[in-house]
Amino acid sequence: MALGTNFNPRRFDKTQLKFYLILIPFSAFMLLPIIYIFTTAFKPIDELFAFPPRFYVINPTFENFRTLFVYAEYGLPAIRYLVNSIIVTFAVVTTSVLFSSMAGYVLSKKNFRGKKTLFEVNKVALMFVPLVVMIPRFLVVSSIGIVDTLWGHILPIIAIPVGLFLVKQFIDQVPDELIEAAKIDGAGDIYIFSKIIIPLIRPAIATIAILSFQATWNNTETSTLFVSVENKQTFAFYMSTLTSSTNTVAGAGIGAAAALIMFIPNLVIFIIMQNNVMNTMAHSGMK
Amino acid sequence: MHKFLTLTKKRISDIVSKIVEFLEKNNRTTYLFLIPYILLFVTFIVIPVVVGIGISFTDFNGIQFPSFSGIRNYIYLLTEDELFMKTVLPNTLLFSLVVGPGGYILSFLLAWMLSQITHRARTVFALIIYSPSMTAGIAMAVVWRIIFSGDEQGLINAFLIVNNLIDIPIQFLQSPDYLMTIMIVVSLWSSMGVGFLAILAGLLNVNKELYEAAYIDGLRSRVQEIFYITIPAIKKQMLFGAVMSIVGTFSAGAIGVALSGANPTPQNSGQLILNHIEDYGIFRSELGVAAALSVLLLLIILGFSKLFQIILKEQD
Repeated sequence: MALGTNFNPRRFDKTQLKFYLILIPFSAFMLLPIIYIFTTAFKPIDELFAFPPRFYVINPTFENFRTLFVYAEYGLPAIRYLVNSIIVTFAVVTTSVLFSSMAGYVLSKKNFRGKKTLFEVNKVALMFVPLVVMIPRFLVVSSIGIVDTLWGHILPIIAIPVGLFLVKQFIDQVPDELIEAAKIDGAGDIYIFSKIIIPLIRPAIATIAILSFQATWNNTETSTLFVSVENKQTFAFYMSTLTSSTNTVAGAGIGAAAALIMFIPNLVIFIIMQNNVMNTMAHSGMK
Repeated sequence: MHKFLTLTKKRISDIVSKIVEFLEKNNRTTYLFLIPYILLFVTFIVIPVVVGIGISFTDFNGIQFPSFSGIRNYIYLLTEDELFMKTVLPNTLLFSLVVGPGGYILSFLLAWMLSQITHRARTVFALIIYSPSMTAGIAMAVVWRIIFSGDEQGLINAFLIVNNLIDIPIQFLQSPDYLMTIMIVVSLWSSMGVGFLAILAGLLNVNKELYEAAYIDGLRSRVQEIFYITIPAIKKQMLFGAVMSIVGTFSAGAIGVALSGANPTPQNSGQLILNHIEDYGIFRSELGVAAALSVLLLLIILGFSKLFQIILKEQD
């Protein structure tokens, strides 16, 4: 047997049991709140008020979802917010993926003035927390004139420093010879980018797509700060007003239903793309 | 009409291909590829930071043109704003020192264990551990509000009452004694994010020969192995994970408000710098002071990241 830690073992053996002993209870604890969202979302009103509260649901119902979408007690029906969120998320994810991979390509494979500076600045910007400069950001957004429009949700969050960073690190792995060969055959940058780079960096693209999806779909700040017109706000924001303004018990079912609608797309997308993400993360190293 | 459309389409595609040709020939594509990202990056990240630094040296109420006031805002914050020095800053430091390193160490330990079990089981566990971070604090606040609810319907209260540990439900989220602890628990729960995945991916790709050589050279225990071999081998991922955990920690400022449903949080017990910025900037219209706070927070974040870099460098 090899010495030392056996990373990424092929098959199960008894020495791994100790890890399961820790991991199973720990992940159960991690999982409980999420399960509770599911059960609460499907609880009828009498079970929501039951004492002691049950962790599971006996008569599951879609009542909470119906209330959320049909009964517009809190102004607009939820569907309006949901549509806004879908439009905004789609716009951000596609542009974000495209722009970061374009910039990542030249940053990795081309020489130009200011290249090193750009990469360094972007690396510092990895630590950027948008909320910290919320006020100057508002000033910028309002001087461009996109306050109270859907653009106010979209434009400010397209550039994701982590996205550019990861895709650049990933493109570094693409051999230069491949690009040189294409150039000799007369291919230009646009051809090389779309026909050679893009197919090779699918994992990185999937990763930026997930990151920007999460950053956009879950975003409440753009609604709070830049877009105060009700019919242009996002579902995430609607959800946060729902949970903070309503009575906890009566609103719990509706809140949980909304939380579930927030959570499910995140989960599905991550499950579909998780292999790609792990592949990209292997190249995430910083110097 | 149809003919006209096809003609315009053809003309447009002609123009596009001519532009492409022109750019390719003159080696301008490099800039074409960079411009969209740089434009957005500069507009929404660089300029706000620069403007923020600028405003922090002025007296600005959002309506009149800002007037230069030197470092008065900073002096005000550090000497006169009692709430900041006595509550907000200590809260922020406590919160970030527990959640940042705590979440980071947890991420490493979990990733280290996960990397030593088989692929299928690992995928399931990793998904469970990662999933709370997907929707981050705010969406998840709803479930924590139910769990810690201050009436008998709250899970924790119900549990305590049923077991005769208390008679009257505890106002967990409204009580200064509990709010900070709950904020920390919730943030730790959702702290295994991108950084955790990076560390896990790093561990799965370490070179196993390193270990054999080290044991032959006299390495004795697993603990030694972690510090002398494993961490240095995935140092880059560790650093990336550290930066991600710092950013995650400082972005989580809204959690106290989301949990308690009030800004300021009950007796300011969950008030972090982010909430304080909001307080000055949005509720009190003292934009200069708010900007000075932003600059201080940016410096704290940068400082933490540099610290990590130094710690990890010394491992060489």
